[in-house]
Amino acid sequence: MHSRYILCRLISRTHTIRLSSTLVLAEQSDKGTLAPITLNTLTAAKQLNNDVHCIIIGQEKCSEAAAELQKFDTNIKKIFVAENALFKGLLPEVVTPFLLNLQKQNNYTHILSGASTYSKSVLPRLAALLDVQPITDVTKIIDSEKFTRNIYAGNAILTLKSNDKIKIMTIRGTAFEVAKPNNNNGAQIEKLSSFDNIKNDQSEFVSQELQKSERPELSAARIVISGGRALKSKENFKLLFDLADLFPGQAAVGASRAAVDAGYCPNDMQIGQTGKIVAPELYIAIGISGAIQHVAGMKDSKIIVAINKDGDCPIYQIADYSLVGDLFKIVPELTEQLKKK
Amino acid sequence: MAIRVLVGVKRAIDYAVKIQVKSDKSGVVTDGVKHSMNPFDEIAVEEAIRLKEKKVAQEVIAVSCGPQQCQETLRTALALGADRAVHVEVSGKDYEMLQPLAISKILAAVAKKENVDLILLGKLAIDDDSNQAGQMVAGLLSWPQAMFASKIEIKDKKAEVTREIDGGLETVRVTLPAVITADLRLNQPRFANLPSIQKAKKKPLTKMTPSELNVDIKPRQEYLTYEEPPKRKGGGKPLASVEELVGKLKQAGVL
Repeated sequence: MHSRYILCRLISRTHTIRLSSTLVLAEQSDKGTLAPITLNTLTAAKQLNNDVHCIIIGQEKCSEAAAELQKFDTNIKKIFVAENALFKGLLPEVVTPFLLNLQKQNNYTHILSGASTYSKSVLPRLAALLDVQPITDVTKIIDSEKFTRNIYAGNAILTLKSNDKIKIMTIRGTAFEVAKPNNNNGAQIEKLSSFDNIKNDQSEFVSQELQKSERPELSAARIVISGGRALKSKENFKLLFDLADLFPGQAAVGASRAAVDAGYCPNDMQIGQTGKIVAPELYIAIGISGAIQHVAGMKDSKIIVAINKDGDCPIYQIADYSLVGDLFKIVPELTEQLKKK
Repeated sequence: MAIRVLVGVKRAIDYAVKIQVKSDKSGVVTDGVKHSMNPFDEIAVEEAIRLKEKKVAQEVIAVSCGPQQCQETLRTALALGADRAVHVEVSGKDYEMLQPLAISKILAAVAKKENVDLILLGKLAIDDDSNQAGQMVAGLLSWPQAMFASKIEIKDKKAEVTREIDGGLETVRVTLPAVITADLRLNQPRFANLPSIQKAKKKPLTKMTPSELNVDIKPRQEYLTYEEPPKRKGGGKPLASVEELVGKLKQAGVL
């Protein structure tokens, strides 16, 4: 009796291990190209040591993004492509029931996506429908059920164990390396075509206004040059753009909340707890005092440079290199010197 | 058309406080630390009050889940202009382990009980930084959602919402009843003045418990440890010149 009990337990255990599998909700940044954060998410998915399925949902050009997904060194076995006019604007009321169906068919143990505004809208809704407590902005995967995440604007790190059967989580892009290329990971692409039972009379997409920029995406840039209230005007932000332009394709310009609130730049440039989280190789904070909420968004940068008039402001507590003085003198001088070399 | 609005408010450690992790890693020090209304919830309350001032909303009900002290947060919402308040009492260990899924179930139950047309919440609470409750309430109720709102216009049982998304802005139209979460730039919250703080003391505040609402609040996650983030070794002597900075950055290999 006893041995039979143990045998049963053993069988059920191997059974669960074998059945572990991960779904990655991949994201397009532009139609036909993968969002950079998806590549960080693939690395996180690989750490779970499961077979990985990816899904790309969109109105069009999902197959192109799927083909791109095949080029990375990952555990991806299958890539689902769900392309339909229904998915215009990726409304959560449409995407969530669709993902719910897929989950019911394939019983994933983990569902992951990069921590973008898209997945932050969709995954908690999906989790509620599956009666699961999701995990936001995972920074470390310890094992299949233990994870770390930042709380209190990055001032504390929580290690948690999820007892839910399905782990639903968003991945902090800057905490995981970008997936390495590999000519072909052997993933099969499967086009999904049955959308009959997906209906939505609750919401409609009206319009979208994206900020166009030649510079790299903030959260993926190698160098971030960021300005605060001390820049004094929208026009003066040109100083930072000039500096960024010395590193084409590598440097992006960010801002503190104070600069955004003052109208010096659009709010999608905001770095911090309520904006974007960045961790570039080099972060240059110009005229930024370093409030906790701003620091939450950049303190994991490799090298931090602070340029400020006030030598006592908190940014100096975390800066590797600092210059105290008038930014309107220092920044043009810095630009000139970098131009020369 | 006048709608009923439920606005969720959370009592959290004040945003300006530098938090401290307990030395035994069991949590964050909260005793004797200044608490106030979660800043995103202040924005949600302000928006609800503005809807009332525009005669779009007929009643604004503030709700909070947590210990006795949450009633102070609710009184603040009442002072700002909410009509009445609901306190769902959860205290002690239950409160420490109260997770967004449980809170969402409570909010969904209160919304049904109060028969509201709109739930307004902050986009996230600055203590646990989860950014989940709004989305989950919407899912549980099968209502449409508009997260990270920077502009809301309500007309004919529909809300047109401008949302802050990665890379810019997006506008969606959702049919009421719906859930909307507030982003920072939705509005500038007002301050409560003394007469309204006095008046708020007389406004109705109902107390409920999760079990009265038939909600299971059992935690789904165990919190194993709380740790301080690794310290950065900044704060050295400022460099003397731009030239020196460029030299250091080249040395470090980032330029």
